[in-house]
Amino acid sequence: MTINLTLLVLMGALFAVGVHLLLERSLTRVLLGIILISNGVNLLILQTAGRAGLAPIVRDDAGFADMLDPLPQALVLTAIVISFALTSLMLALIYRSWALARQDEVADDEEDRRVAAQPAHDPEEDSEVPAETSEFSEVDPADPHQARQRGRLLNPQAGRDATAGGAVEDQLRRGLHEPDDDARARGGSAEPDAGEHRPAAGPSEGPSRRGRRR
Amino acid sequence: MDGDLASLIPLATLLPVLGAGFGFAFYRQQATQRAVTLGTLTLTVVLEIVLLADVWHGGAQAVHLGGWPAPFGIAMVIDRFSALMLVVSSIITLAVLLYAVGQGAAAEERRDDGPVSIFYPTYLILVAGVSNAFLAGDLFNLYVGFEIFLTASYVLLTLGGGEARIRAGVTYVVVSIVSSLLFLITIGVIYAATGTVNLADLALALGELDRGMQLLLHVMLLVGFGIKAAVFPLAFWLPDSYPTAPAPVTAVFAGLLTKVGIYSIIRTETLLFPGERLNTALMIVALLTMLVGILGALAQSDVKRMLSFTLTSHIGYLVFGLSLLSITGMSATIYYVAHHITIQTTLFLVTGLIERRSGTSAVDRLGGLARISPVLAVLFFLPAMNLAGIPPFSGFIGKLGMIQGGVAEGTVIAWTLVVGSVVTSLLTLLALARIWSRAFWRRAEDADDPDPLLMSKTLAHARAANKRLLPTSMTVPTALLVGLSLAFTVFAGPLMSFSRAAAQDMYERAPYLEAVLGEERVDGVRAELRELAAQVDGIDTGDGGAEEFAPVHTSVEPRDAPQLETDDDADDGAGNSGDDPGGESR
Repeated sequence: MTINLTLLVLMGALFAVGVHLLLERSLTRVLLGIILISNGVNLLILQTAGRAGLAPIVRDDAGFADMLDPLPQALVLTAIVISFALTSLMLALIYRSWALARQDEVADDEEDRRVAAQPAHDPEEDSEVPAETSEFSEVDPADPHQARQRGRLLNPQAGRDATAGGAVEDQLRRGLHEPDDDARARGGSAEPDAGEHRPAAGPSEGPSRRGRRR
Repeated sequence: MDGDLASLIPLATLLPVLGAGFGFAFYRQQATQRAVTLGTLTLTVVLEIVLLADVWHGGAQAVHLGGWPAPFGIAMVIDRFSALMLVVSSIITLAVLLYAVGQGAAAEERRDDGPVSIFYPTYLILVAGVSNAFLAGDLFNLYVGFEIFLTASYVLLTLGGGEARIRAGVTYVVVSIVSSLLFLITIGVIYAATGTVNLADLALALGELDRGMQLLLHVMLLVGFGIKAAVFPLAFWLPDSYPTAPAPVTAVFAGLLTKVGIYSIIRTETLLFPGERLNTALMIVALLTMLVGILGALAQSDVKRMLSFTLTSHIGYLVFGLSLLSITGMSATIYYVAHHITIQTTLFLVTGLIERRSGTSAVDRLGGLARISPVLAVLFFLPAMNLAGIPPFSGFIGKLGMIQGGVAEGTVIAWTLVVGSVVTSLLTLLALARIWSRAFWRRAEDADDPDPLLMSKTLAHARAANKRLLPTSMTVPTALLVGLSLAFTVFAGPLMSFSRAAAQDMYERAPYLEAVLGEERVDGVRAELRELAAQVDGIDTGDGGAEEFAPVHTSVEPRDAPQLETDDDADDGAGNSGDDPGGESR
């Protein structure tokens, strides 16, 4: 296949400059890079037809070898239309980005920043868990069964005979109940703010966790 | 009969485009527009199911557009694999459309007083592009299909033009354009090297190039498709861009767009560059995709982002299955693609519901949903367990197939992948269990700064809010998809044997080539095709498996039969090739 050297060099230059611009942070330059690269691609496809020749129309005086391969031109036409549409779309996006945020740069993803900034250790995962993980634990005075269970949980001494628990269990139970009792002492008001009462649980956290690990 | 039906193939692309045209024409009447869109998509689904039924037994068929024979004109080809992908994708798009109608997704844009209601027509164009990509029998037509659905996706992703969407959209558009340019460069180079862009013709022409050139073209194609499929080093763009879009849009993107990339990679690996080539490299990429993706998911605290990362992670399974070069691996991949399209879409739809119900999708701020809305809990739990690959579900069946293929392969890297895929599956379970235990099981009061929507005074209040925030028109389509994903388990048997047949077709290549190029052209290269196909593990070579499973020769057999069997052109073991419908016809 014969290739036109000028076109080849031009294509290389378009690709080189295009890639350089594409790596910039400014959106306008990225767009310019895309435009240059897509023109480079068009040249590339154009060159796949080989050397220039006659129009591919069947005639008596021209053989097959003299004609130009028409397919690449059809492909290039499609590619040009597509890249034109995408360029205008990108322009609209860039303008919108400028109108909204006054920036012509590839913006950082906020959620990415947040995830990167968060500590590897999530305190919530290791913090102690209140004993009553059941969601039915709110006392319903109308239900005597619930009230009885509640009573047993609130009063460690009552449960002790049944389970014959040792010192560890006692400690564990006390450790687990303190914060919740605190919350209830405040009247069990609207919503026990997790962030607020967790620090209060701090001192009791040690024994309870050790207890549970056993 | 099949002549008639096959000529309907282009309609799968044409119908949605026509629908989109009518949709734009009726932009002032929302109701008409909606009816047109729903009608068009329903028609498309019906048409594609008919095509699938036709292909189920018949095998590959092709239409030569404009009557030009294959290497010159544009061919549209449907074989078992593309028919399955078409049907699954259009059912998904229909379900998501119903969901979007329920949500009044058009409301998203109405708030922004845009002049034209663009959601529905753009959605149809997306469907048309995806169908076109699945049906393309031509590398350039594949590129056009990609461009059609990508352009539609740019519009859908930035719908409304809010600040966050524009920011995410710019990244997505730039990355997609660059990958498309790479693909276009590859097409140019391939055309320069072979003088054709027809896939079937390329399948024969590429084999005649020298090895170095083949490798270059192969890698360029894989990189271009790899960006679109979100394979590991090229997947960075996905979790940034998908979560900002409206729920139905994210759902359909997550389900379909990456799978079109996978579809193209499968075609590249089976049709264009068959045999043992870059398979080891693909396996390493698959392993990294799985592990990096799922570790990313564990670091996230937003449900949508976490799901986006599991999406990229599970793309790794698909690459694993297709790189095994065995019928077992490939059929598991085909099954898993269908399963994964459904399941990922469902999960994003459910996340949309969660976000609606609780005002946020940040895991830390969610709580008590199981109590507030048990329906929502069931809708989340089933697909979540399915994604993690818990036994009765289809995720397990697909993964099991791949692991079987990996074990059968038996190399060190294959075993590493088997271990890696099990670990990924467990970590997926961990990520989903975290969402489950926080958003659904803990009390709403335990959440950090829970939304007032979650803090109803009584259950009765909560139920009333459910009615308002989770309308039946949104839960029913989601439930339909959950039902579809369960159907993958129930009909796993027929589906698996269907995907086996599809994998067999693709590795044999002869059915596809015959449909496009005609039998005479293929007859000349049959020996070559058979030789390449024989590299594939577990391929049915037409003797009904007798050679592999029962290599015993009885005294009744003629003495010279074994020698004949080794010869390519000879008719093998008399009498035992007749019972194999999928085998090569001789």
